[in-house]
Amino acid sequence: MVTAVLADYRGYDTMFETVVIFVAGIAILALLRKKPDSILTPPSGDAGDFPESTEPSKQAPDLIINTTCRLLIPVIQLFAFYVVAHGHHSPGGGFQGGVIFGASFILLAIVFDLPAALRRRSEMRTLMVANTGLLIYAGIGLLCLVAGGNFLDYGNLDAILPGSAIDARSHGILGVEIGVAFTVGAIIFVIYANLSSKGTLRESL
Amino acid sequence: MEWIDNILVARFNYWIYIILMMLGLYAMIAKNNLVKKLIGMSIFQAAIILFFISTGVKRDATIPILRHDEIPGQHVVEHPADGATQSPAIRANDYTNPLPHVLMLTAIVVGVSTLGVSLGVVQKIYGHYGTLEENEIIEKIKSAHG
Repeated sequence: MVTAVLADYRGYDTMFETVVIFVAGIAILALLRKKPDSILTPPSGDAGDFPESTEPSKQAPDLIINTTCRLLIPVIQLFAFYVVAHGHHSPGGGFQGGVIFGASFILLAIVFDLPAALRRRSEMRTLMVANTGLLIYAGIGLLCLVAGGNFLDYGNLDAILPGSAIDARSHGILGVEIGVAFTVGAIIFVIYANLSSKGTLRESL
Repeated sequence: MEWIDNILVARFNYWIYIILMMLGLYAMIAKNNLVKKLIGMSIFQAAIILFFISTGVKRDATIPILRHDEIPGQHVVEHPADGATQSPAIRANDYTNPLPHVLMLTAIVVGVSTLGVSLGVVQKIYGHYGTLEENEIIEKIKSAHG
């Protein structure tokens, strides 16, 4: 219900809140990130910010930590999806689920090291996910406009989606929440990665 | 003595928030270290968030989520003779107000992003001046300008 108020009644507010998160991530990048040209060039071959996958981490993590991490991270990510998917009719939502999803990668970066996390989720892809989240949110708003209603008025989506106007409203909120989760999960990871490695993305804490 | 009950005891949560808030304000103003200032800012934010959350508390109320059998008009057609008037009404007293929680969710999110950006700025300052103490930074700025 909190999410329903957030995404429907206060739709504009939440959209620009997502923009705030996104801008914060960009500001962190602008402040801290070294070698700005390596962001724009996609990681090809021996690209600078793409960690060398052949280089083993300096100290191999403990067996217990390794196994726990391996067991825990998929569960955390599944739980994040559950929280996102049930946000519009039970406790949960995009922000919470996104943070949980980002936290799973932060756990990976803490347990192993930052390159290990970046090997699974490169900087380029993370930023693209953040962009996509915002575009999903604004796109659903525009879709409502196209369907003949006001911006972010999900009730009009019943022209496109199956079901009644109430169902369309519920689905619209869900879609918006997914966009929020994309952005938040990506930006949380960007903030952590840049703060913990002083912008080099080489080694963390 | 009644005023003590009314002001101190009945609203003890507000007093806790005021104390927390002043703690954060003190840290922001009086502490010399920039990271301690940021910690003070976080305490200040937490106090405000707690204050708003506590205004949303309602006794004997549940989370504002309707079960499927509680939605009015859902079961009216099943008993057309007597069911039309029997659909359970939704009483606002039974549900907490979700609006403070929504507002504070926004505040938490914005707080996290401001904290992240400010930590980034602090890291930059440390890389530039080699210290986080405010007076030392000001001294270095002054000596650099003349």
